Amino acid sequence: MTADSRNEILLEVESIFLSFGGVHALSDVSFDIRKGEVRSIIGPNGAGKSSMLNVINGFYHPQEGSITYQGKRRSQMKPHEAALGGIARTFQNIALFRGMSTLDNIMTGRNTKMSKGLFWQALHFGPAKREEIENREFVEHVIDFLEIQTIRKTPVGRLPYGLQKRVELGRALAAEPTLLLLDEPMAGMNLEEKEDMSRFILETNEEFGTTIALIEHDMGVVMDISDRVVVLDYGRKIAEGTPEEVRANQNVIDAYLGVSHD
Amino acid sequence: MFYRENGQFKSSYSADQAIFPIAQDRVFVIGILLVAFCVVPFVINEYWANAILIPLLVYALAGLGLNILTGYCGQVSLGTGAFMAVGAYASFKLVGFFPEVNYLILIFVSGLVTAAVGVVFGLPSLRIKGFYLAVATLAAQFFLIWLFNKVGWFYDHSPTGMITVRPIDFFGVRVTGPEATPAAKYLFTLAIIATLTLTAKNIVRGRVGRSWMAIRDMDIAAELIGIKPLQAKLSAFAVSSFYIGVAGALYFGVYLGSAEPLEAFDINQSFYVLFIIIIGGLGSILGAFLGAAFIVLLPILMKNLMVGGFGVASGTAGHVEILLLGALIIFFLIVEPHGLARLWQITKEKLRLWPFPH
Ligand SMILES: Nc1ncnc2c1ncn2[C@@H]1O[C@H](COP(=O)(O)OP(=O)(O)OP(=O)(O)O)[C@@H](O)[C@H]1O
Ligand SMILES: [Mg+2]
Repeated sequence: MTADSRNEILLEVESIFLSFGGVHALSDVSFDIRKGEVRSIIGPNGAGKSSMLNVINGFYHPQEGSITYQGKRRSQMKPHEAALGGIARTFQNIALFRGMSTLDNIMTGRNTKMSKGLFWQALHFGPAKREEIENREFVEHVIDFLEIQTIRKTPVGRLPYGLQKRVELGRALAAEPTLLLLDEPMAGMNLEEKEDMSRFILETNEEFGTTIALIEHDMGVVMDISDRVVVLDYGRKIAEGTPEEVRANQNVIDAYLGVSHD
Repeated sequence: MFYRENGQFKSSYSADQAIFPIAQDRVFVIGILLVAFCVVPFVINEYWANAILIPLLVYALAGLGLNILTGYCGQVSLGTGAFMAVGAYASFKLVGFFPEVNYLILIFVSGLVTAAVGVVFGLPSLRIKGFYLAVATLAAQFFLIWLFNKVGWFYDHSPTGMITVRPIDFFGVRVTGPEATPAAKYLFTLAIIATLTLTAKNIVRGRVGRSWMAIRDMDIAAELIGIKPLQAKLSAFAVSSFYIGVAGALYFGVYLGSAEPLEAFDINQSFYVLFIIIIGGLGSILGAFLGAAFIVLLPILMKNLMVGGFGVASGTAGHVEILLLGALIIFFLIVEPHGLARLWQITKEKLRLWPFPH
């Protein structure tokens, strides 16, 4: 990544307001994500982190504010538009297709790259077969990269938690995303699994230049792998900056120590 | 020959993506097809064709259709009987309009007509799920049957309200009506079902099939991956209804010969096909065949065993049969939702590792 392209802004959210009935999940949140960086979103439970990702990929529609992605400004994203625009994600509570194998889950991640219609599919011939094999090749790279060759044909419902998280990352990577949203990819993992996952995230970022927005509670990991951090608390942005800056910020320390708000 | 996957290495993705990547499976299926196409037609008689094989094949096809919708795409339907009726009445009317057109083409078009009707009645699935969708398809069931019973045009104003198949020749061979030989009826049905089974397998192992399963397993994640729920669900309704429509056309034309909507295609028919896929296995092509075989053979075996073997009154045997069916459905729903197909798969997995588990 050159210094120039690093400073280019890939995504910018401005004054986002999102509420559910009386609950203000996000109030006046603005920040940007630069091309090629690892941008972490942190904050205590219920701070609005997952809601923010849901706004970015169009699953939640904010009441106010705008989202500018790849230079195009809109008041809300649509899930399908986000997917086609190269935004992929993993979920806090694993959202794999439980009845399908690892391979099929990751192949499904290639959905936006595949287009051949029902007719050719039914014949499994010509263009459809070629398309299937080309995409399978890409998926095999993802499988090798994540070191999950041995569980290729296993239904994901039967996999242990840590591996499910890895398959979910694979499904997102299969889309060759421009922007990858990771919602607590290491939650509930042991140390070794966390190290593996950190390595995959960093390699994805470095080798493929994928921009990453990461929600994570493990401060050690956040400080290690992020370029910049934004801190949310009670739906508001309370700080942002490099890991060092954020760590030293008094608002952040108060939020994490649970200093009362009044 | 042992059932082994070990030691069979694939050197290309297309080999790994073959329908039966394991050699023993391939041999087994080819063997069954050879017997079905080359041996059975020479030994088949009226009883085997009409009481066992043709209904088995037709129900397997209907089961395949419902399994695409329910097993693969996760949308419940209780309208199978009515969709079979659409296929039956479409083929009846089409043969009347175009007697000189090849029967196979007319059956295909009947499938397309059913697909269109299926899409219309599938529209509510975009808003409602599960139990509510089942009720909506139930409405389709009652409405369509009422329509076929009420509007004289559908049954050519025949005084009995029934439709009766015309004698049809397929490339010079009679395949419908009393003059058709059991072998001709059987082969005609078998060829259609074998072809449609292959295309179903192709669809479910490709992009479209994966998008159905994704919607079934986790519709929110599917949408965020770029799968359009509208497209996925309606295409499942279309393909499923096509299969069920073709099954209906064959059920009427080749199997029954004449039909009356309130009897041949009523709600019991919908449940019957649903039981087939529950017992056979949701989301499995093989399951549709196992389920159909089970449900067609069970009454015959029960009758032979209880009436012939123990001298039980045939009425009682019928009741016991219904009880047994009910118990089995509860068993499969609770214990093994993937049905007989899954039990078969478990057996294979055991064999694959036998005698040394890894
Ligand atoms: N779909 C929804 N309906 C109603 N309230 C919601 C919904 N989604 C989020 N909220 C509320 O918005 C607030 C922020 O939730 P969010 O899930 O974004 O927090 P979070 O920062 O991801 O927390 P955690 O660390 O626990 O994952 C919470 O009060 C939550 O209850
Ligand atoms: Mg969260």
